[in-house]
Amino acid sequence: MNTENKTSKGLPIGVRRAIAYIVLAIVSILCIIWFYILFINATRSKGELTRGFTPIPSTHLLENLRDGVFHGTQPFVRGMLNSLFVAGCSAALCTYFSTMTAYAIHVYDFKLKKFMSTFILAVMMIPTQVTALGFLQLVGRMKLEDNFIPLIIPAIAAPVTYFYMKQYMESTLPLSLIEAARIDGSGEFRTFNSIVLPLMKPAIAVQAIFTFVSSWNNYFTPALILHKDLMKTLPILIAQLRSADFLKFNMGHVYAAIAFSIFPVIVVYLILSKYIVGGTTLGGVKG
Amino acid sequence: MEKAKRGKVVSYNKWGYFFLIPFVVVYAIFQLIPLVSTIYNSFFENYRSGLTQVGPNFIGLKNYMTLFTNGDLLSYTRNTMIMWILGFVPQILVSLLLGAWFSDPSLRLKFQRFFKTVIYLPNLIMASAFSMLFFTLFADSGPINSILISLGIFSAPYKFMSHVWSVRGLVALMNFIMWFGNTTILLMAGMMGIDPSLYEAAQVDGATATQIFYRITLPLLRPILLYVMITSLIGGLQMFDVPQILTNGTGDPVRSSMTLIMYLNKHLFSKNFGLGGALSVLLFIITGIFSLIVFKLNTSTEK
Repeated sequence: MNTENKTSKGLPIGVRRAIAYIVLAIVSILCIIWFYILFINATRSKGELTRGFTPIPSTHLLENLRDGVFHGTQPFVRGMLNSLFVAGCSAALCTYFSTMTAYAIHVYDFKLKKFMSTFILAVMMIPTQVTALGFLQLVGRMKLEDNFIPLIIPAIAAPVTYFYMKQYMESTLPLSLIEAARIDGSGEFRTFNSIVLPLMKPAIAVQAIFTFVSSWNNYFTPALILHKDLMKTLPILIAQLRSADFLKFNMGHVYAAIAFSIFPVIVVYLILSKYIVGGTTLGGVKG
Repeated sequence: MEKAKRGKVVSYNKWGYFFLIPFVVVYAIFQLIPLVSTIYNSFFENYRSGLTQVGPNFIGLKNYMTLFTNGDLLSYTRNTMIMWILGFVPQILVSLLLGAWFSDPSLRLKFQRFFKTVIYLPNLIMASAFSMLFFTLFADSGPINSILISLGIFSAPYKFMSHVWSVRGLVALMNFIMWFGNTTILLMAGMMGIDPSLYEAAQVDGATATQIFYRITLPLLRPILLYVMITSLIGGLQMFDVPQILTNGTGDPVRSSMTLIMYLNKHLFSKNFGLGGALSVLLFIITGIFSLIVFKLNTSTEK
């Protein structure tokens, strides 16, 4: 693993390095090639698509976007606005209140502290699907179907984000700072908002991105709650492309619609990748 | 003065409760109440058959009996596990390899940032859109078939969606692509945490890179490997978006790619709350056990 000289057994370092580059190139291609084909096909017309695949983009991208996305049978633009709204609100509420929860556990000493921190850790991994049935009934009784509230408000209680914030606070938030604020006469709530929140900015940024993305990609719960076309989020509209009679579609339009929902995330990711790739090592349920 | 200050200290700590209110209230309303009513529902016969509503009638554990005896649960658990394993085994192998390379200072790999960015990318893609994309790419008249035919590998389009193992394979492939970057970064962080003097000592004793990997890296990585495996298993049990959209919710061919959550989703849509409730409770117990293991791992590594 560490510095290896030519006298030791095994492959020489140059060969190992070459193998590493080849494998890395292969897995990188495996990751990107689908999006490349998607992009190419989104630029081709119906006729060109039936003639088989070519690796060179064509000229019909705007046409496909216009007929398949902006003036298509499905309200994709509205869907994107809905998704933006839900994901944006979730990310804001989730990070603000998770920081607040972490602050409560980190800074104060109270009777139920131990119990609460253990409880939140213990329920961290329980998936939302197993309570979906009761959740759905509750939403029905509260008359909140076809409403964004049941998709946004639950983000306030996010154990995984809490866990990340707590870890971050332990390494960066000295209790003496809060003491100092108290001596200067700052109220507890004000200390939290104007001193702690700015200090937590890097952690908040990372978690805001993750919460935004997972809400943006969420399909299971929104599909159970949103039924009106104008309320649907992007994943539901994409799923409807699949369930509609597939063959009657102009495939160029289908590719344009998929590209429309995938590429914005890719662009944002490439801009923010520095924060995202570094921020992944804590918490999170995997697939 | 002293007395006043002590009084203040006590009142400061009360703020802990105030700051916890949002979390506790929201968690109670949107998680605990639904959990209780899900469990409650599992003891009732409550479904719709055509236009007539049956129940709710209390039937005790009968929903659980039905689940266990009609065979669906077993076969859908099998499907879920098969697809998870098909995706997880290559995922952990590739991640270990890449993690070892990334964290190996003697290799001095260039463009690390670039590679990490690329392999992590699929993790953020909307699973439903990714699945829809695969469906169109692997359709009978899609580009993959057209490429395979033009390369002379097949003479006629291969019907990916009509064969049991090709559908399962595609689901596993998508899960693999979406998650190996994430796992690589987790494992790499673990490998960076290993004391470098151990490697130096092994080097002095003349160990090769392979020996060092198997004798030092792997054993020391065991807690993280276990964490990765169990969290991935919990995620695997939740497998839904990818197979749901790839197969249009049917899990075809012959429901061989129907997962547990797809089964639950079917009950939720048809408003069969009795069976759906029983299935939810079972999933809750299973994931609860796995969660406890993760919890134990987290609290033991924290010290």
